[in-house]
Amino acid sequence: MERSLKRWWPLFVLPTALAFLVGFLIPFGMGLYLSFCDFTTLSDAVYVSVANYIKAFSDASGEFVHALWYTALFAVVSTAIINVLALGVALLLTRGFPGTNAFRTVFFLPNLIGGIVLGWLWQVLLNGVLARWNATLVTSEWYGFWGLLLVVCWQQLGYMMIIYISGLTTIPEEVMEAAAIDGASARQAFWHVRLPMLMPSVTICTFLTLTNGFKLFDQNLALTNGMPGNRSQLLALNIYTTFYGRTGWAGAGQAKAVVFCLIVVSIALLQLRLTRSQEASG
Amino acid sequence: MKKGFSWLTALFTAVSAVYLYPLALVAVNSFKKKAYISRQPFSLPNAQTFAGFANYQKGVELTHFLSAVLTSLLITVCSVALILLCTSMCAWFISRVRSRMMHGLYLLFLFSMVVPFQMVMFTLSRLANLLGLNTPLGIVIIYLGFGAGLSVFLFTGFVNACPAAVEESALIDGCNPLRLFFAIVLPILRPTAVSVGILQTMWIWNDYLLPYLVLDLKRFRTIPIAVQYLRGGYGSVDMGAMMAMLVLAIIPIVVFYLLCQKYIVSGVMAGAIKG
Repeated sequence: MERSLKRWWPLFVLPTALAFLVGFLIPFGMGLYLSFCDFTTLSDAVYVSVANYIKAFSDASGEFVHALWYTALFAVVSTAIINVLALGVALLLTRGFPGTNAFRTVFFLPNLIGGIVLGWLWQVLLNGVLARWNATLVTSEWYGFWGLLLVVCWQQLGYMMIIYISGLTTIPEEVMEAAAIDGASARQAFWHVRLPMLMPSVTICTFLTLTNGFKLFDQNLALTNGMPGNRSQLLALNIYTTFYGRTGWAGAGQAKAVVFCLIVVSIALLQLRLTRSQEASG
Repeated sequence: MKKGFSWLTALFTAVSAVYLYPLALVAVNSFKKKAYISRQPFSLPNAQTFAGFANYQKGVELTHFLSAVLTSLLITVCSVALILLCTSMCAWFISRVRSRMMHGLYLLFLFSMVVPFQMVMFTLSRLANLLGLNTPLGIVIIYLGFGAGLSVFLFTGFVNACPAAVEESALIDGCNPLRLFFAIVLPILRPTAVSVGILQTMWIWNDYLLPYLVLDLKRFRTIPIAVQYLRGGYGSVDMGAMMAMLVLAIIPIVVFYLLCQKYIVSGVMAGAIKG
Protein backbone atom coordinates (compact mmCIF):
# COMPACT_ATOMS: atom_id res chain seq x y z
CA MET A 1 0.00 0.00 0.00
CA GLU A 2 2.74 2.41 0.93
CA ARG A 3 4.61 1.98 -2.31
CA SER A 4 1.64 2.64 -4.57
CA LEU A 5 0.67 5.69 -2.52
CA LYS A 6 4.04 7.31 -2.04
CA ARG A 7 4.29 9.16 -5.35
CA TRP A 8 0.92 10.82 -4.71
CA TRP A 9 2.26 13.02 -1.91
CA PRO A 10 2.20 16.29 -3.91
CA LEU A 11 -1.56 15.99 -4.14
CA PHE A 12 -2.32 14.78 -0.63
CA VAL A 13 0.27 16.44 1.56
CA LEU A 14 1.73 19.40 -0.30
CA PRO A 15 -1.18 21.90 0.01
CA THR A 16 -1.40 21.50 3.80
CA ALA A 17 2.38 21.37 4.16
CA LEU A 18 2.86 24.60 2.20
CA ALA A 19 0.21 26.45 4.20
CA PHE A 20 1.78 25.05 7.37
CA LEU A 21 5.15 26.37 6.23
CA VAL A 22 3.78 29.87 5.63
CA GLY A 23 1.31 29.92 8.53
CA PHE A 24 3.48 28.34 11.16
CA LEU A 25 6.98 26.94 10.50
CA ILE A 26 8.59 30.00 8.89
CA PRO A 27 7.04 32.52 11.33
CA PHE A 28 8.04 30.28 14.23
CA GLY A 29 11.65 29.91 13.06
CA MET A 30 11.95 33.59 12.31
CA GLY A 31 10.39 34.47 15.64
CA LEU A 32 12.89 32.31 17.48
CA TYR A 33 15.80 33.89 15.60
CA LEU A 34 14.48 37.45 15.97
CA SER A 35 14.30 37.07 19.74
CA PHE A 36 18.10 37.30 19.61
CA CYS A 37 18.06 40.32 17.32
CA ASP A 38 17.45 44.04 17.38
CA PHE A 39 14.85 44.86 14.74
CA THR A 40 11.89 46.99 13.71
CA THR A 41 10.98 45.14 10.50
CA LEU A 42 11.88 41.70 9.20
CA SER A 43 14.76 42.95 7.07
CA ASP A 44 16.79 45.12 9.47
CA ALA A 45 17.60 42.48 12.11
CA VAL A 46 20.98 42.69 13.87
CA TYR A 47 22.14 39.87 16.15
CA VAL A 48 22.38 40.98 19.78
CA SER A 49 22.56 37.66 21.65
CA VAL A 50 20.44 37.54 24.83
CA ALA A 51 20.13 41.33 25.21
CA ASN A 52 16.37 41.18 24.50
CA TYR A 53 15.78 38.65 27.27
CA ILE A 54 17.72 40.78 29.74
CA LYS A 55 15.78 43.86 28.62
CA ALA A 56 12.45 42.06 29.07
CA PHE A 57 13.22 40.91 32.60
CA SER A 58 15.03 44.01 33.84
CA ASP A 59 12.44 46.51 32.57
CA ALA A 60 12.20 49.31 35.15
CA SER A 61 8.40 49.14 35.21
CA GLY A 62 8.67 45.45 36.10
CA GLU A 63 5.59 44.78 33.97
CA PHE A 64 6.82 41.55 32.40
CA VAL A 65 7.67 39.91 35.71
CA HIS A 66 4.37 41.19 37.08
CA ALA A 67 2.50 39.79 34.08
CA LEU A 68 4.26 36.44 34.56
CA TRP A 69 3.10 35.83 38.12
CA TYR A 70 -0.23 37.58 37.63
CA THR A 71 -0.94 35.20 34.72
CA ALA A 72 0.32 32.12 36.57
CA LEU A 73 -1.90 32.98 39.53
CA PHE A 74 -4.84 33.60 37.26
CA ALA A 75 -4.33 30.33 35.39
CA VAL A 76 -4.08 28.29 38.60
CA VAL A 77 -7.05 29.92 40.34
CA SER A 78 -9.26 29.72 37.25
CA THR A 79 -8.29 26.07 36.67
CA ALA A 80 -9.21 25.14 40.25
CA ILE A 81 -12.53 27.00 40.29
CA ILE A 82 -13.71 25.98 36.82
CA ASN A 83 -12.92 22.31 37.34
CA VAL A 84 -14.55 22.02 40.75
CA LEU A 85 -17.69 23.78 39.50
CA ALA A 86 -17.82 21.89 36.21
CA LEU A 87 -17.40 18.52 37.91
CA GLY A 88 -20.03 19.41 40.48
CA VAL A 89 -22.52 20.46 37.82
CA ALA A 90 -21.71 17.36 35.73
CA LEU A 91 -22.32 15.06 38.72
CA LEU A 92 -25.71 16.67 39.36
CA LEU A 93 -26.72 16.79 35.70
CA THR A 94 -26.06 13.06 35.19
CA ARG A 95 -28.69 12.17 37.79
CA GLY A 96 -31.42 12.23 35.18
CA PHE A 97 -33.93 14.67 36.64
CA PRO A 98 -36.39 16.54 34.38
CA GLY A 99 -34.79 19.33 32.38
CA THR A 100 -31.15 18.16 32.42
CA ASN A 101 -30.79 18.51 28.66
CA ALA A 102 -32.09 22.06 28.71
CA PHE A 103 -29.70 22.95 31.54
CA ARG A 104 -26.74 21.47 29.66
CA THR A 105 -27.72 23.60 26.67
CA VAL A 106 -27.79 26.74 28.80
CA PHE A 107 -24.43 26.10 30.48
CA PHE A 108 -22.69 25.36 27.20
CA LEU A 109 -23.97 28.41 25.32
CA PRO A 110 -21.42 31.04 26.50
CA ASN A 111 -18.61 28.97 24.98
CA LEU A 112 -19.62 29.83 21.49
CA ILE A 113 -19.48 33.57 22.11
CA GLY A 114 -16.15 35.14 21.27
CA GLY A 115 -13.83 36.68 23.85
CA ILE A 116 -14.17 40.25 22.62
CA VAL A 117 -17.97 40.15 22.81
CA LEU A 118 -17.85 38.45 26.22
CA GLY A 119 -15.44 41.01 27.58
CA TRP A 120 -17.66 43.97 26.68
CA LEU A 121 -20.79 42.18 27.81
CA TRP A 122 -19.38 41.63 31.29
CA GLN A 123 -17.82 45.06 31.48
CA VAL A 124 -21.28 46.63 31.53
CA LEU A 125 -22.60 44.21 34.11
CA LEU A 126 -19.61 44.32 36.45
CA ASN A 127 -19.13 48.08 36.26
CA GLY A 128 -22.83 48.45 36.97
CA VAL A 129 -22.49 46.38 40.15
CA LEU A 130 -19.23 48.00 41.25
CA ALA A 131 -20.74 51.47 40.80
CA ARG A 132 -22.58 50.97 44.09
CA TRP A 133 -19.24 51.09 45.87
CA ASN A 134 -17.95 53.88 43.64
CA ALA A 135 -15.49 51.52 42.00
CA THR A 136 -14.94 50.18 38.48
CA LEU A 137 -13.11 47.20 37.02
CA VAL A 138 -9.99 49.30 36.62
CA THR A 139 -9.93 50.70 40.16
CA SER A 140 -7.17 48.22 40.97
CA GLU A 141 -5.62 45.20 39.29
CA TRP A 142 -7.56 42.87 41.62
CA TYR A 143 -10.96 44.09 40.44
CA GLY A 144 -9.81 43.18 36.93
CA PHE A 145 -8.48 39.85 38.18
CA TRP A 146 -11.73 38.70 39.78
CA GLY A 147 -13.78 40.19 36.97
CA LEU A 148 -11.81 38.27 34.38
CA LEU A 149 -12.09 35.15 36.50
CA LEU A 150 -15.87 35.47 36.52
CA VAL A 151 -15.90 35.87 32.73
CA VAL A 152 -13.80 32.77 32.03
CA CYS A 153 -15.73 30.69 34.58
CA TRP A 154 -18.99 31.68 32.94
CA GLN A 155 -17.53 30.87 29.54
CA GLN A 156 -15.69 27.61 30.16
CA LEU A 157 -17.84 25.93 32.79
CA GLY A 158 -20.13 24.41 30.15
CA TYR A 159 -17.30 23.11 27.99
CA MET A 160 -15.61 21.31 30.87
CA MET A 161 -19.00 20.12 32.12
CA ILE A 162 -19.57 18.39 28.75
CA ILE A 163 -16.19 16.63 28.99
CA TYR A 164 -16.91 15.52 32.57
CA ILE A 165 -20.37 14.29 31.61
CA SER A 166 -18.96 12.20 28.77
CA GLY A 167 -16.37 10.83 31.20
CA LEU A 168 -19.02 9.99 33.80
CA THR A 169 -21.21 8.17 31.31
CA THR A 170 -18.35 5.81 30.40
CA ILE A 171 -18.17 4.52 34.00
CA PRO A 172 -20.18 1.27 34.00
CA GLU A 173 -23.23 1.12 36.27
CA GLU A 174 -22.02 -2.20 37.68
CA VAL A 175 -18.93 -0.61 39.20
CA MET A 176 -21.01 1.86 41.21
CA GLU A 177 -23.46 -0.87 42.20
CA ALA A 178 -20.62 -3.12 43.34
CA ALA A 179 -19.26 -0.30 45.47
CA ALA A 180 -22.69 0.24 47.03
CA ILE A 181 -23.14 -3.50 47.74
CA ASP A 182 -19.71 -3.63 49.35
CA GLY A 183 -21.00 -0.99 51.74
CA ALA A 184 -19.18 2.08 50.46
CA SER A 185 -20.77 5.35 51.53
CA ALA A 186 -21.62 7.89 48.84
CA ARG A 187 -18.53 9.86 49.78
CA GLN A 188 -16.25 6.81 49.68
CA ALA A 189 -17.72 5.72 46.35
CA PHE A 190 -16.97 9.14 44.92
CA TRP A 191 -13.39 9.51 46.17
CA HIS A 192 -12.28 5.90 45.73
CA VAL A 193 -14.26 4.68 42.72
CA ARG A 194 -15.69 7.47 40.61
CA LEU A 195 -12.94 10.05 40.78
CA PRO A 196 -10.09 7.61 39.97
CA MET A 197 -12.05 6.33 36.99
CA LEU A 198 -12.65 9.92 35.91
CA MET A 199 -8.96 10.83 35.92
CA PRO A 200 -8.60 10.95 32.10
CA SER A 201 -11.30 13.65 31.96
CA VAL A 202 -9.71 15.47 34.89
CA THR A 203 -6.33 15.60 33.13
CA ILE A 204 -7.86 16.86 29.88
CA CYS A 205 -9.91 19.55 31.61
CA THR A 206 -7.04 20.65 33.84
CA PHE A 207 -4.79 20.94 30.81
CA LEU A 208 -7.37 22.85 28.78
CA THR A 209 -8.26 25.32 31.53
CA LEU A 210 -4.62 25.84 32.50
CA THR A 211 -3.46 26.58 28.94
CA ASN A 212 -6.58 28.66 28.27
CA GLY A 213 -5.72 30.69 31.36
CA PHE A 214 -2.19 31.28 30.17
CA LYS A 215 -3.20 32.10 26.59
CA LEU A 216 -6.13 34.37 27.46
CA PHE A 217 -6.12 37.55 25.38
CA ASP A 218 -9.43 38.74 23.91
CA GLN A 219 -11.33 38.85 27.20
CA ASN A 220 -8.46 40.69 28.84
CA LEU A 221 -8.33 43.25 26.03
CA ALA A 222 -12.06 43.94 26.04
CA LEU A 223 -12.67 43.85 29.81
CA THR A 224 -9.88 46.03 31.24
CA ASN A 225 -7.37 46.51 28.40
CA GLY A 226 -4.68 46.01 31.06
CA MET A 227 -5.69 49.04 33.10
CA PRO A 228 -4.88 50.49 35.58
CA GLY A 229 -1.42 51.19 34.12
CA ASN A 230 -0.80 47.73 32.61
CA ARG A 231 -1.30 46.13 36.04
CA SER A 232 -4.14 43.84 34.91
CA GLN A 233 -2.26 42.64 31.84
CA LEU A 234 -1.96 38.94 31.32
CA LEU A 235 1.10 37.67 29.46
CA ALA A 236 -0.47 37.59 26.00
CA LEU A 237 -1.68 41.18 26.25
CA ASN A 238 1.64 42.30 27.71
CA ILE A 239 3.48 40.81 24.73
CA TYR A 240 1.04 42.45 22.35
CA THR A 241 1.47 45.93 23.86
CA THR A 242 5.24 45.47 23.97
CA PHE A 243 5.22 44.88 20.21
CA TYR A 244 2.70 47.44 19.14
CA GLY A 245 2.68 50.01 21.93
CA ARG A 246 6.37 50.65 22.66
CA THR A 247 8.77 51.73 19.94
CA GLY A 248 12.14 50.01 20.00
CA TRP A 249 10.78 47.11 22.04
CA ALA A 250 10.01 44.62 19.25
CA GLY A 251 13.04 42.50 20.14
CA ALA A 252 12.09 42.37 23.81
CA GLY A 253 8.52 41.54 22.78
CA GLN A 254 9.72 38.59 20.75
CA ALA A 255 11.92 37.43 23.64
CA LYS A 256 8.88 37.56 25.94
CA ALA A 257 6.95 35.54 23.38
CA VAL A 258 9.63 32.84 23.42
CA VAL A 259 9.52 32.67 27.22
CA PHE A 260 5.72 32.48 27.03
CA CYS A 261 5.95 29.71 24.44
CA LEU A 262 8.38 27.74 26.63
CA ILE A 263 5.98 27.94 29.58
CA VAL A 264 2.98 26.70 27.60
CA VAL A 265 4.97 23.94 25.87
CA SER A 266 6.32 22.70 29.22
CA ILE A 267 2.81 22.50 30.63
CA ALA A 268 1.77 20.48 27.57
CA LEU A 269 4.72 18.09 27.95
CA LEU A 270 3.93 17.65 31.64
CA GLN A 271 0.33 16.85 30.78
CA LEU A 272 1.42 14.35 28.12
CA ARG A 273 3.62 12.61 30.68
CA LEU A 274 0.87 12.47 33.25
CA THR A 275 -1.53 10.98 30.71
CA ARG A 276 1.04 8.41 29.59
CA SER A 277 1.83 7.30 33.15
CA GLN A 278 -1.88 6.99 33.87
CA GLU A 279 -2.45 4.86 30.82
CA ALA A 280 0.48 2.68 31.83
CA SER A 281 -0.84 2.14 35.37
CA GLY A 282 -4.49 1.93 34.37
CA MET B 1 -35.92 9.92 45.26
CA LYS B 2 -38.43 11.49 42.88
CA LYS B 3 -38.95 14.34 45.31
CA GLY B 4 -35.22 15.13 45.37
CA PHE B 5 -35.19 15.29 41.61
CA SER B 6 -37.85 17.93 41.34
CA TRP B 7 -35.97 19.94 43.95
CA LEU B 8 -32.91 19.78 41.69
CA THR B 9 -34.98 20.90 38.72
CA ALA B 10 -36.08 23.97 40.65
CA LEU B 11 -32.52 24.73 41.73
CA PHE B 12 -31.14 24.42 38.22
CA THR B 13 -33.93 26.52 36.75
CA ALA B 14 -32.88 29.31 39.09
CA VAL B 15 -29.18 28.84 38.29
CA SER B 16 -29.91 28.84 34.56
CA ALA B 17 -31.82 32.08 34.90
CA VAL B 18 -28.80 33.64 36.62
CA TYR B 19 -26.57 32.15 33.94
CA LEU B 20 -28.54 33.77 31.13
CA TYR B 21 -28.97 37.07 32.96
CA PRO B 22 -25.90 38.80 31.40
CA LEU B 23 -27.30 38.13 27.92
CA ALA B 24 -30.70 39.51 28.87
CA LEU B 25 -29.06 42.54 30.45
CA VAL B 26 -27.27 43.45 27.23
CA ALA B 27 -30.43 42.97 25.19
CA VAL B 28 -32.40 45.27 27.51
CA ASN B 29 -29.69 47.93 27.55
CA SER B 30 -29.42 47.96 23.78
CA PHE B 31 -32.81 49.72 23.76
CA LYS B 32 -31.78 52.46 26.18
CA LYS B 33 -30.31 55.85 25.38
CA LYS B 34 -26.56 55.64 25.79
CA ALA B 35 -26.32 58.08 28.67
CA TYR B 36 -28.47 55.79 30.83
CA ILE B 37 -26.62 52.55 30.16
CA SER B 38 -23.70 53.18 32.50
CA ARG B 39 -25.83 55.12 35.00
CA GLN B 40 -28.74 52.68 35.40
CA PRO B 41 -27.71 49.39 33.80
CA PHE B 42 -30.16 47.30 35.81
CA SER B 43 -33.40 49.16 35.20
CA LEU B 44 -35.80 48.50 32.36
CA PRO B 45 -36.14 51.24 29.77
CA ASN B 46 -38.92 53.76 30.51
CA ALA B 47 -40.41 56.59 28.52
CA GLN B 48 -37.42 58.79 29.29
CA THR B 49 -34.64 56.29 28.63
CA PHE B 50 -36.11 54.24 25.76
CA ALA B 51 -34.16 54.67 22.53
CA GLY B 52 -35.98 52.38 20.12
CA PHE B 53 -33.68 51.04 17.46
CA ALA B 54 -31.50 54.16 17.39
CA ASN B 55 -28.51 52.31 18.91
CA TYR B 56 -28.77 49.59 16.29
CA GLN B 57 -28.89 52.07 13.47
CA LYS B 58 -25.93 54.02 14.79
CA GLY B 59 -23.88 50.92 15.56
CA VAL B 60 -24.45 49.38 12.17
CA GLU B 61 -23.39 52.63 10.51
CA LEU B 62 -20.33 53.19 12.71
CA THR B 63 -18.93 49.71 12.32
CA HIS B 64 -20.15 48.84 8.81
CA PHE B 65 -21.60 45.84 10.53
CA LEU B 66 -23.20 44.25 7.50
CA SER B 67 -19.95 44.09 5.59
CA ALA B 68 -18.27 42.72 8.73
CA VAL B 69 -20.85 39.90 8.84
CA LEU B 70 -20.14 39.09 5.20
CA THR B 71 -16.38 39.16 5.75
CA SER B 72 -16.66 36.90 8.81
CA LEU B 73 -18.92 34.53 6.94
CA LEU B 74 -16.65 34.40 3.89
CA ILE B 75 -13.50 33.79 5.96
CA THR B 76 -15.09 31.17 8.20
CA VAL B 77 -16.83 29.16 5.47
CA CYS B 78 -13.84 29.15 3.09
CA SER B 79 -11.29 28.39 5.82
CA VAL B 80 -13.27 25.54 7.33
CA ALA B 81 -13.99 24.01 3.91
CA LEU B 82 -10.34 24.22 2.89
CA ILE B 83 -9.13 22.89 6.26
CA LEU B 84 -11.52 19.92 6.05
CA LEU B 85 -10.49 19.02 2.51
CA CYS B 86 -6.72 19.50 2.78
CA THR B 87 -6.11 18.18 6.29
CA SER B 88 -8.24 15.06 5.85
CA MET B 89 -6.24 14.16 2.74
CA CYS B 90 -2.99 14.97 4.47
CA ALA B 91 -3.90 13.04 7.62
CA TRP B 92 -4.99 9.94 5.72
CA PHE B 93 -1.73 9.98 3.77
CA ILE B 94 0.36 10.45 6.92
CA SER B 95 -1.35 7.60 8.62
CA ARG B 96 -1.21 5.15 5.69
CA VAL B 97 2.30 5.94 4.45
CA ARG B 98 4.40 5.28 7.51
CA SER B 99 7.65 6.92 6.42
CA ARG B 100 10.05 8.81 8.62
CA MET B 101 9.28 12.06 6.76
CA MET B 102 5.56 11.73 7.42
CA HIS B 103 6.13 10.97 11.08
CA GLY B 104 8.35 14.02 11.39
CA LEU B 105 5.69 16.18 9.77
CA TYR B 106 3.08 14.74 12.14
CA LEU B 107 5.20 15.63 15.17
CA LEU B 108 5.56 19.19 13.85
CA PHE B 109 1.77 19.42 13.51
CA LEU B 110 1.38 18.26 17.12
CA PHE B 111 3.91 20.83 18.27
CA SER B 112 2.08 23.64 16.47
CA MET B 113 -1.08 22.85 18.46
CA VAL B 114 0.55 23.94 21.69
CA VAL B 115 2.45 27.04 20.58
CA PRO B 116 0.66 30.25 21.62
CA PHE B 117 -0.22 32.70 18.87
CA GLN B 118 1.96 35.47 20.37
CA MET B 119 5.04 33.45 19.46
CA VAL B 120 4.41 33.90 15.73
CA MET B 121 2.20 37.00 15.91
CA PHE B 122 4.70 39.55 14.62
CA THR B 123 6.52 37.45 12.02
CA LEU B 124 3.32 35.87 10.71
CA SER B 125 1.56 39.19 10.17
CA ARG B 126 4.60 40.67 8.40
CA LEU B 127 5.02 37.58 6.24
CA ALA B 128 1.32 37.58 5.35
CA ASN B 129 1.65 41.20 4.27
CA LEU B 130 4.70 40.46 2.14
CA LEU B 131 2.92 37.58 0.42
CA GLY B 132 -0.24 39.62 -0.17
CA LEU B 133 -2.35 37.38 2.07
CA ASN B 134 -4.03 40.37 3.76
CA THR B 135 -7.44 39.75 2.15
CA PRO B 136 -10.28 37.49 3.31
CA LEU B 137 -9.25 34.85 0.76
CA GLY B 138 -5.56 35.17 1.56
CA ILE B 139 -6.14 34.74 5.28
CA VAL B 140 -7.76 31.40 4.49
CA ILE B 141 -4.28 30.04 3.67
CA ILE B 142 -3.02 31.17 7.07
CA TYR B 143 -5.94 29.56 8.85
CA LEU B 144 -5.17 26.34 7.02
CA GLY B 145 -1.56 26.54 8.15
CA PHE B 146 -2.21 27.54 11.75
CA GLY B 147 -5.25 25.29 12.18
CA ALA B 148 -3.74 22.23 10.49
CA GLY B 149 -2.28 20.86 13.73
CA LEU B 150 -5.54 20.11 15.52
CA SER B 151 -7.31 18.85 12.39
CA VAL B 152 -4.51 16.53 11.29
CA PHE B 153 -4.26 15.24 14.84
CA LEU B 154 -7.98 14.43 15.07
CA PHE B 155 -8.15 12.90 11.57
CA THR B 156 -5.05 10.71 11.96
CA GLY B 157 -6.32 9.50 15.33
CA PHE B 158 -9.46 8.29 13.58
CA VAL B 159 -7.74 6.80 10.51
CA ASN B 160 -5.23 4.92 12.66
CA ALA B 161 -8.11 3.17 14.37
CA CYS B 162 -9.63 2.07 11.05
CA PRO B 163 -8.45 -1.12 9.31
CA ALA B 164 -6.77 -0.52 5.94
CA ALA B 165 -7.87 -3.80 4.33
CA VAL B 166 -10.54 -2.34 2.03
CA GLU B 167 -8.27 0.48 0.90
CA GLU B 168 -5.44 -1.95 0.24
CA SER B 169 -7.50 -4.25 -1.91
CA ALA B 170 -8.93 -1.29 -3.81
CA LEU B 171 -5.40 -0.10 -4.59
CA ILE B 172 -4.35 -3.58 -5.66
CA ASP B 173 -7.35 -3.70 -7.99
CA GLY B 174 -5.92 -0.63 -9.63
CA CYS B 175 -8.11 2.05 -8.05
CA ASN B 176 -6.68 5.54 -8.31
CA PRO B 177 -5.76 6.84 -4.79
CA LEU B 178 -7.67 10.06 -5.38
CA ARG B 179 -10.85 8.17 -6.28
CA LEU B 180 -10.26 5.81 -3.39
CA PHE B 181 -10.03 8.73 -1.00
CA PHE B 182 -13.19 10.50 -2.14
CA ALA B 183 -15.32 7.41 -2.71
CA ILE B 184 -14.33 5.24 0.24
CA VAL B 185 -12.26 7.08 2.85
CA LEU B 186 -14.01 10.44 3.03
CA PRO B 187 -17.47 9.01 3.84
CA ILE B 188 -15.93 7.05 6.73
CA LEU B 189 -14.27 10.21 8.04
CA ARG B 190 -17.57 12.07 8.29
CA PRO B 191 -18.04 11.99 12.09
CA THR B 192 -14.51 13.32 12.64
CA ALA B 193 -15.04 15.90 9.90
CA VAL B 194 -18.09 17.22 11.76
CA SER B 195 -16.05 17.49 14.94
CA VAL B 196 -13.16 19.24 13.22
CA GLY B 197 -15.55 21.54 11.37
CA ILE B 198 -17.32 22.59 14.57
CA LEU B 199 -14.12 23.21 16.54
CA GLN B 200 -12.54 25.22 13.72
CA THR B 201 -15.73 27.22 13.10
CA MET B 202 -15.88 28.18 16.79
CA TRP B 203 -12.25 29.31 16.64
CA ILE B 204 -12.23 31.17 13.33
CA TRP B 205 -15.60 32.93 13.71
CA ASN B 206 -14.57 34.37 17.07
CA ASP B 207 -10.88 34.95 16.35
CA TYR B 208 -9.86 38.56 16.88
CA LEU B 209 -6.10 39.01 16.88
CA LEU B 210 -5.08 37.08 13.77
CA PRO B 211 -7.44 38.86 11.36
CA TYR B 212 -6.81 42.16 13.16
CA LEU B 213 -3.08 41.90 12.48
CA VAL B 214 -3.25 40.30 9.05
CA LEU B 215 -6.21 41.87 7.24
CA ASP B 216 -6.06 45.22 5.47
CA LEU B 217 -8.33 46.93 8.03
CA LYS B 218 -9.23 49.82 5.75
CA ARG B 219 -11.07 47.37 3.54
CA PHE B 220 -11.96 44.34 5.61
CA ARG B 221 -13.21 43.85 9.16
CA THR B 222 -14.59 40.76 10.87
CA ILE B 223 -17.31 40.96 13.53
CA PRO B 224 -14.96 40.89 16.57
CA ILE B 225 -12.84 43.61 14.93
CA ALA B 226 -15.94 45.71 14.25
CA VAL B 227 -17.03 45.38 17.90
CA GLN B 228 -13.62 46.25 19.30
CA TYR B 229 -13.38 49.14 16.81
CA LEU B 230 -16.18 50.91 18.69
CA ARG B 231 -13.75 51.65 21.49
CA GLY B 232 -12.27 54.34 19.28
CA GLY B 233 -8.89 55.98 19.46
CA TYR B 234 -9.36 57.95 22.66
CA GLY B 235 -10.82 55.23 24.84
CA SER B 236 -14.33 56.66 24.63
CA VAL B 237 -17.05 54.16 23.83
CA ASP B 238 -20.55 54.72 22.51
CA MET B 239 -22.14 52.28 24.94
CA GLY B 240 -25.49 52.35 23.16
CA ALA B 241 -24.01 51.30 19.85
CA MET B 242 -21.83 48.78 21.69
CA MET B 243 -24.81 47.07 23.34
CA ALA B 244 -26.63 46.87 20.02
CA MET B 245 -23.59 45.38 18.25
CA LEU B 246 -23.13 42.81 21.02
CA VAL B 247 -26.72 41.71 20.54
CA LEU B 248 -26.25 41.49 16.78
CA ALA B 249 -23.03 39.53 17.25
CA ILE B 250 -24.65 37.06 19.66
CA ILE B 251 -27.91 36.37 17.77
CA PRO B 252 -26.37 34.37 14.88
CA ILE B 253 -24.33 32.33 17.35
CA VAL B 254 -27.39 31.41 19.40
CA VAL B 255 -29.34 30.49 16.27
CA PHE B 256 -26.46 28.37 14.97
CA TYR B 257 -26.11 26.70 18.36
CA LEU B 258 -29.77 25.81 18.69
CA LEU B 259 -29.80 24.40 15.15
CA CYS B 260 -26.63 22.30 15.40
CA GLN B 261 -26.54 21.66 19.12
CA LYS B 262 -26.26 17.90 18.79
CA TYR B 263 -23.25 18.12 16.51
CA ILE B 264 -21.58 20.82 18.54
CA VAL B 265 -21.76 18.93 21.80
CA SER B 266 -20.65 15.62 20.27
CA GLY B 267 -17.94 17.44 18.33
CA VAL B 268 -16.55 18.92 21.53
CA MET B 269 -16.68 15.54 23.26
CA ALA B 270 -14.84 13.77 20.43
CA GLY B 271 -12.26 16.54 20.27
CA ALA B 272 -11.68 16.41 24.01
CA ILE B 273 -11.34 12.66 24.30
CA LYS B 274 -8.58 12.56 21.74
CA GLY B 275 -7.10 15.89 22.78
